[in-house]
Amino acid sequence: MSEAVSALDGASHEGFVRVEDMGLRAMITLRGDLASATLRKAVKAAAGVDLPEARGIEVAGDRAVAWMSPDELLILGAYDAAQELRDKLEKDISGEHALVADVSDARALLRVSGGVGAREVIAKLCPVDMAPEAFGPGQFRRTRMAQIPAAIWMPDAQSVQVVCFRSVAEYAFNLLRNAAAPGSEAGLFI
Amino acid sequence: MLILTCPCCGVTAEETEFHGGGEAHIKRHGPGSSDDEFHGYLFEKVNPKGVHFERWRHANGCGKWFHAARCTVTLEVFGTYSAQTTEPPQDIKDRISARRPGWSWREFA
Repeated sequence: MSEAVSALDGASHEGFVRVEDMGLRAMITLRGDLASATLRKAVKAAAGVDLPEARGIEVAGDRAVAWMSPDELLILGAYDAAQELRDKLEKDISGEHALVADVSDARALLRVSGGVGAREVIAKLCPVDMAPEAFGPGQFRRTRMAQIPAAIWMPDAQSVQVVCFRSVAEYAFNLLRNAAAPGSEAGLFI
Repeated sequence: MLILTCPCCGVTAEETEFHGGGEAHIKRHGPGSSDDEFHGYLFEKVNPKGVHFERWRHANGCGKWFHAARCTVTLEVFGTYSAQTTEPPQDIKDRISARRPGWSWREFA
């Protein structure tokens, strides 16, 4: 098999915060009835994480489950576990009216880290209230980042992770890099 | 700028996270309807000054469609509600009545 690389191939940039490509991750889209006991059990078994509340994300190690919409979850894992995750989910929810799709290679994952400035970088680009009392770790938000759809969450108070489509990864990286340009700090959340 | 709350996922955001889908509660006329009915369905939209009902989609969020009741003059949003309905729910109508007594829109009042 050919060697898979992420769209940005590990690119990084040091601004007033650090912007970097996080490489490849397994991303499985699961659509179905999120109230279904079978589906909830299957997700827990595959990801090893409880189902998140609405607009939330549950993280444990390199596995995570994010709430995408009232009938959709995004399951993250190590890139080489994608096939295994998908197969396991598909087997466990067979019979349910649900869809499992491996979208690992359709997405890009970026990280903005290195301080509360990470909040500011996102606040410049997304119509999201990034104040610490409005958005923080544990929450997951799908939104618009300049001209593209993106989803964000905070693994900790100092950094933000961004998922977007692979086809616009470079655009997303450049956006974040510009927003993190030294000297452009607005000092909003300090 | 409109601030809308998606009733499907609960996110409140400004309008650029959403996409407008035109007038709400349109009765569809397809095969078997008269030319006049089909013409009306396609082209006869209201363009009110004041209370208006629209369809919106949370395009950059959960992706779901919903309905919004708002004022086209002040951009005040009276409320948003499920897309799975053929008429505005009573609580939305009550809220509009409180703000705009005597309002009417198509067959609703």
